[in-house]
Amino acid sequence: MRFTLNGTAVDVAAQPMKRLLDVLREECALTGTKEGCGEGECGACTVLLDGAPVVSCLVPFAQVEDAAVTTIEGLGGDHPLQHAFMREVGAQCGICTPGMIMAALALGPSPTLAQVRVALAGNLCRCTGYEAIYRAIRPSAIGSSERIEAT
Amino acid sequence: MSAVGHSVPRKEGLGKATGTARYIDDLSFPGMLHGRTIRSTIARGRISGVTLGFDQSGFTVVDHRDIPGKNCIALIEHDQPCLAADEVRHVAEPILLLAHENRETLLAAKVEIAYERAEPLYDPEHSPQVFKRILIEKGNLDRGFARADVIVEGSYATGHQEHIYIETNGVIAVPEDGGLALYGSLQCPFYVLKALKVLLGDSVSQVRVVQTETGGGFGGKEEYPSMIAAHACLLALKARRPVKIIYDRVEDMLATTKRHPSLVRHRTGLTRDGRLVAMDIDVLMDGGAYCTLSPVVLSRGVIHAAGPYRCANTRILGRTVMTNTPPNGAFRGFGAPQTQFAMEVHMERVAEALGMDPVRLRAKNALRPGDTTSTGQVLGDDCSAAAVLRAAVKRSGFTRKRARYKGTNKGIGLALFYHGAGFTGGGEVALASRAALETTESGVRILVANTEIGQGTRTMLAQIVADALCVPYESVEVAQPDTSVVPDSGPTVASRTCMVVGGILERCALSMLVKLDGASPAEHHARHGALRVEEGYHAPAGRSWDDTTYRGDAYATFAWGCDVAEIEVDPVTHEARALKLTAVQEFGRAIHPAMARGQIEGGSAQGLGWALLEHVVMRDGAMANAQLTNYVIPTTLDTPPMDVVMLENPYGGGPFGAKGLGELPIDGPAPAVVNAIRNAGFDVRAIPATPEAILRSERLARGPAQAGA
Repeated sequence: MRFTLNGTAVDVAAQPMKRLLDVLREECALTGTKEGCGEGECGACTVLLDGAPVVSCLVPFAQVEDAAVTTIEGLGGDHPLQHAFMREVGAQCGICTPGMIMAALALGPSPTLAQVRVALAGNLCRCTGYEAIYRAIRPSAIGSSERIEAT
Repeated sequence: MSAVGHSVPRKEGLGKATGTARYIDDLSFPGMLHGRTIRSTIARGRISGVTLGFDQSGFTVVDHRDIPGKNCIALIEHDQPCLAADEVRHVAEPILLLAHENRETLLAAKVEIAYERAEPLYDPEHSPQVFKRILIEKGNLDRGFARADVIVEGSYATGHQEHIYIETNGVIAVPEDGGLALYGSLQCPFYVLKALKVLLGDSVSQVRVVQTETGGGFGGKEEYPSMIAAHACLLALKARRPVKIIYDRVEDMLATTKRHPSLVRHRTGLTRDGRLVAMDIDVLMDGGAYCTLSPVVLSRGVIHAAGPYRCANTRILGRTVMTNTPPNGAFRGFGAPQTQFAMEVHMERVAEALGMDPVRLRAKNALRPGDTTSTGQVLGDDCSAAAVLRAAVKRSGFTRKRARYKGTNKGIGLALFYHGAGFTGGGEVALASRAALETTESGVRILVANTEIGQGTRTMLAQIVADALCVPYESVEVAQPDTSVVPDSGPTVASRTCMVVGGILERCALSMLVKLDGASPAEHHARHGALRVEEGYHAPAGRSWDDTTYRGDAYATFAWGCDVAEIEVDPVTHEARALKLTAVQEFGRAIHPAMARGQIEGGSAQGLGWALLEHVVMRDGAMANAQLTNYVIPTTLDTPPMDVVMLENPYGGGPFGAKGLGELPIDGPAPAVVNAIRNAGFDVRAIPATPEAILRSERLARGPAQAGA
């Protein structure tokens, strides 16, 4: 089946009802997209389908025919958001991070905190409590890591 | 510039943000098979027959008869079978293993197990088997109660909690020259190695365990990976091919460990002016079907059960017992969140009984330097209970908001708590951890078994070594934990990696500094070849612990915290929504402030989930909601803004003043939230405080009259 993967036209042979998640990880050898729950609840497998975030565990491969799929690998490894996630410790264990970044990408520039919280409500992170993720996505809103001497 | 105290770039580089970091399911080996576990569907009984209802060609099938050594997952006891031979004690107990190169074929294979059923036991209060009983006694309880003007009693309960690391459990066993390599998502490579040696006996000469990038642990990958590793190794040995076992989310939630449910009863005597004079505490924990780590979870639980308070007459009796449910195990906090939940909700009720301000009651009784804990440990200047309480009350505007929320659907509550760093009692001495440093062409390499599972182990240890060795942080690298390469520096648990292992590495660095004789590690390496320095754990001087009487220094030091939670209860749905959490925590010194802050924010969010959302529904001995659709953890919309304050009080016994931090943040949110719900007028004494639980709770006079009417 023909589709566009990270900006390149590709032709991939796989069962039409195979999960897009598995096609990306197995047929395309792009393991940056992660499985967290397999039922569309955790968002770890989020990729962009024609620019919109989708959970690739719920997308049958047949659905991407002639569409454009963007995975974390499509960002090239030097995207400002990737640097911001590591710098602000928006990634701890890192397993939700590719999906989180793909969901955040769809927000566009300068989102409000309320927009970020709604847009990421389908992406679970068990490590950070989300605060550091907000700091990564909204660098202008970085709070201070305050320290005070105990007395 | 020094590395310690600064939020230096992480040692992971960009790998976690670019998708190039390799987790266990991202790895593949030539000829690899997929493995599957066939499990008990009943809670208690005997296996009377196993029928393989599929064409076995291309399959590898393993049962208990294929185990070359002892059929157990060796931990504290050897009571948990690797594969049930005859008796099953819980739903999801492993019975049979299958492997096949095609995952779909593997999953389609039908196996029927016939059972003779027996009556299961689910109520821990009626359990016939006690895994561990611990009694802590201080002073004279009868004399204490005789002096009391007021006696307050109460019972408090907490439920199971599922870890929900976003990466499920998984391993790959690979036959290699002379033995087996086991790669996996795990916290404690040497725990797995020890379990495999007992299981495999002398049949395999060389076994090594290698940790791959791990997508969260929280205690959930402390002991259970030994079970999965055992299964994969048995299949790989029989098939003579690599075998990968990755649990899907349902299997992970059904079969693996959870936080121990608890029931804690308090009877407390006070003088009229609010001085604690007697505390009688009974702790019951549901261990599940096998012992696993329950005795040490109970140990940490009972030691923390009297909270960070001074009381001359204390008795704490703890028991952890068997039920026919999947074994409970390590979960961040390790028993202390359960007992401190009870203590702090009880303190709120004590304040009410005395008609006393809850802050004043806590301030009056909070441990101070020179005071002794329930085990008789004398605290030094590393005790900051009063400081965190004072800072949290001020920072959150507690008193002002308490007045302002009166008569509304909002409430504010606080919790004061502490957490011992490192293994309990003589645990660190018994572990006798070792760590090493070796020179490389470009600097120095850290050799430890401690794992990076999100908390920043590699970065934090490299910061300590860089500054102790006076070399640039960038010149320090960290070896992948591989038991054939690194010394056994102990498990990655118990808030010990920074304080204990970081401390050993600091001494390695100082020892290496002498041997370098003025040269840089790279220069020395170029001239003389590799230089390796290894050091072991040294117990702090003057500490003693008696494991039979539970008297003495339970921990090298404690970290301290005070959380203030603000909530709003929906008058129609009775959902309690967290509005804000203020977390003030003292853990010596932050080696990496941004990562430390992340530990507090993340641990607090887990605590909020445990308090309000995370309800493990057990039905017929099995988790009935074993999927993320209806076991709910906090999302962005459930997690309130958090105001984090890190108090510094450098601890002389830790590297660069650091204590342990990983677990402290999960002790406070649940009691703070329940006390806030109480402040809004609902007498909740069990968590999770779901809308149903709040609806069923008794109304308190101080609450808004219209709420829930």
